[in-house]
Amino acid sequence: MPVSENNSRLVYAALKNCGVRLVSALPETWLVHLIRMADDDPEMILVRLAKEEEGVGISAGAHFAGVKSAMLMQNHGFLASINGIVSMAHLYKIPLLMLISYRGTHGERDPRQTQGGNVTERTLQALGIPYEFLDDTAAVEKKIRQAQTLAESSLQPVALLLMRDLMWEEPSA
Amino acid sequence: MLRIDCLRAIYNDLPDALVVTIMGATAAELQSLGHRENFFYLQHAMGLASSLGLGLALCKPDRQVIVFDGDGSILMNLGGLTTLARYAPKNLVHVVFDNESLLSVGGFPTATSTGSDIAGIARAAGIPRSVSVNTVDEFAQAFRDALAVRELTTIVAKVEAKGPAVYVTDLALLENRFQFSRFARR
Repeated sequence: MPVSENNSRLVYAALKNCGVRLVSALPETWLVHLIRMADDDPEMILVRLAKEEEGVGISAGAHFAGVKSAMLMQNHGFLASINGIVSMAHLYKIPLLMLISYRGTHGERDPRQTQGGNVTERTLQALGIPYEFLDDTAAVEKKIRQAQTLAESSLQPVALLLMRDLMWEEPSA
Repeated sequence: MLRIDCLRAIYNDLPDALVVTIMGATAAELQSLGHRENFFYLQHAMGLASSLGLGLALCKPDRQVIVFDGDGSILMNLGGLTTLARYAPKNLVHVVFDNESLLSVGGFPTATSTGSDIAGIARAAGIPRSVSVNTVDEFAQAFRDALAVRELTTIVAKVEAKGPAVYVTDLALLENRFQFSRFARR
């Protein structure tokens, strides 16, 4: 599977380096290595969800307990989490570090992913969620650290969009 | 059986626990018995009280966590029951007050009024202990058993669809949130 294991390792290491100790996740193709790394890591609590919105509650509980967390989801999972984001994270000022695989953008071959790609950024903007793109290996560590810092200082959700150029390695023809 | 009588019967068992309630009548009734800094009233985000409790229980394994849920709320997050069962924290007691009604928003009947069985759903989801109770004494006993046995338990308390006269509170949402968080981090 041409999901980049090396770049997934970079992302995972950056999460560890900024103190993340709990990860909630619902699998999708681009996230497989990240989820496996969390599962193999005895220092990490991995919570496998049935639906992404649960992750908002899990992260709120972790925050109340003083534990830093991150959410791994696809953009359709972000769309499925919106009420929890608004009526828990925004209402109660809960920091969320959301790593969202940004499917349905330029280069997407899978027809079913394309509609989510059309609305992801505008939905983040409508919700007032600050976001950045993770597309360059050199910036992964810094952008994740900065996003985590902003989430904690502002007590609000912050998103990082995992981009095709980072997560996917086209097999050579 | 009235929910407030259930809450009153176990109120003195709650001093050190991290207690999370759903919105509306459940929050108002627990608060009416006397607010404590270890009570968090989730006044929105219906369905997520149990997920919040799971996050707390996993991150604070040495603390007792109690969730006061409702039938309308848990029906919004049945998938979350499977997540609870998957991790089955021993320090979590999950109480579902089942009044077969969305009482706080007009009393419209939920699916438990037409036969859906939350204790059965919890059991089938894999929750290690799941019981249904119909009297205050049974409830108090089941609650204390669940605390003592240290195994994830869902207690479904079948209560009347009666709530408090008023739902207003002078406790601001954020005041409650920061007070609770400070307590949880001790």
